[in-house]
Amino acid sequence: MLVKQISVFLENKCGRLASVTRVLGEHSINIRAFSIADTTDFGILRLIVNNPEEAYKVLREAGFTVSVTEVIAVKVPDRPGGLADVLELMQEAGVNIEYMYAFVEKISKDAIAVFRVENVETAVRLMQEKGIKLLSGNEVYNL
Amino acid sequence: MYWNEKYECMPRSELRALQEERLKETVARVYYEVPFYRRALQARGLGPNDIHSLEDLPKLPFTTKDDLRDNYPYGLFAVPLSEVVRLHASSGTTGKPTVVGYTRRDLDIWAEVMARALTACGATKESMIHNAYGYGLFTGGLGVHYGAERIGASVIPVSGGHTKRQIMIMKDFGSTILTCTPSYALYLAEVMEEMGISKEDLKLKGGLFGAEPWSENMRKQIESRLGLLALDIYGLSEVIGPGVAVECPEKQGLHVAEDHFLVEIIDPETGEQLPPGSYGELVVTTLTKEALPLIRYRTRDITAILPGSCPCGRTHVRIDRIKGRTDDMLVIRGVNVFPSQIEEVLFRISGTEPHYLIIVERREQLDELEVWVEVSEQVFSDEVRRLEHLEKRIRREIEDVLGISVRVKLVEPKTIERSEGKAKRVIDRRQL
Repeated sequence: MLVKQISVFLENKCGRLASVTRVLGEHSINIRAFSIADTTDFGILRLIVNNPEEAYKVLREAGFTVSVTEVIAVKVPDRPGGLADVLELMQEAGVNIEYMYAFVEKISKDAIAVFRVENVETAVRLMQEKGIKLLSGNEVYNL
Repeated sequence: MYWNEKYECMPRSELRALQEERLKETVARVYYEVPFYRRALQARGLGPNDIHSLEDLPKLPFTTKDDLRDNYPYGLFAVPLSEVVRLHASSGTTGKPTVVGYTRRDLDIWAEVMARALTACGATKESMIHNAYGYGLFTGGLGVHYGAERIGASVIPVSGGHTKRQIMIMKDFGSTILTCTPSYALYLAEVMEEMGISKEDLKLKGGLFGAEPWSENMRKQIESRLGLLALDIYGLSEVIGPGVAVECPEKQGLHVAEDHFLVEIIDPETGEQLPPGSYGELVVTTLTKEALPLIRYRTRDITAILPGSCPCGRTHVRIDRIKGRTDDMLVIRGVNVFPSQIEEVLFRISGTEPHYLIIVERREQLDELEVWVEVSEQVFSDEVRRLEHLEKRIRREIEDVLGISVRVKLVEPKTIERSEGKAKRVIDRRQL
């Protein structure tokens, strides 16, 4: 029930984001979702792609500092309060969120929220006990 | 104006005789008192009485900073610790500093050479000496302090920092002589301008500036903005501290206190002595030091002995401004910084060969040190707080080792140019 996220270190410099996405494009890797965390000097690009192993390999070869992180993807009803419901359940389960980002899915009209949590295995168990619907890696990669 | 005309203007022949006598005494003393030197002399087939004239100097072995480090802390001392009344230290290439000791008589000699230096820039017993060199293990502060007291001037031991307060003190106390690093002198000038205080509000007449490299251009700026005579002073803690050599108002090189320090210029590659006018590594032999006498100490500073005599009347030889270093040491705000110190910290944190670049810049007259570190996979994290924590940890550990503040910037791999052989680790953008 885990999804592989690709994280890339980026300096706050002109053109860095473009070059990461260009590398992925040239290798026919499709981006499903992404978010950027930024500070004054640097940023961390987080990506969900259709082929994380390949993305990791080609970005490394292109000279980027890359890591693979396991995250949790949750289907969230695309309506007011949809995300709040999920977050409350996670809070009740005692799951601590490091960061999250969300995107709206094209076909099913649901939103998908990606969570990076502290202890991922425990979090999955606790969230499932609360009845939160988690998406598998393949479900997300093939959206 | 001289402090000690007899010695400062001694005829060359007399000075030479004095130097030879003192050199012989020094060699004999280190032979008997310092096992390191006894072994080094014996290895060259020299006994305690085999040095007869200055021509014999090239027979003597060199002493390096590594020798001081290998004998840390007191191994090269030639007197029992009970005779040592003061210790100072300077940073070295590794975590261990270089420790130097002084007997009562060493402090006396130091005060003497500093009194000469201060007198050269116009200090008298009427002077109010504003000493903005740091007090502590660094020799700058106390070196000036004792020289100023020797003259009978009034010393304001203001030390570094609190710039606005320093300017208020200079104005209210009527400081006439300023001693600090040249970059700090310019910084003082800038803050004065911001505070609306002009050089006419102050009484400055002269100043000694050293502990870091500077230039004629900086001298012009310091002189015009602070309204004083700015002279260069040279020294290093291993030898004694500031006062080894100082400019006179002719500004044509720094007179070495030759009755106490014997200087040579050598080719740093071959170790051969070079003639006056040639640039090479400055080598100093102490002639009167008791606690830590040094034979042919390799300073790693590049300069030349200037030929000819000086119109000021002093007979002691002059060396040119320090042109650079034979190693990769940087002097930042008077503190010695070796890239290897930073490398060690990075290695400890990342566990791998670090790729880094040290950038030195002078902003608002103060040297700033920035360290760029490439983020390797070993230390990378997808969480901002972990990377920020890493940045902070690198900064804190470097600051602990160097004792000065730095800025750390995480950069992408391959940002830092790789070159064949020796990597370029330092970009010094300071415009002196």
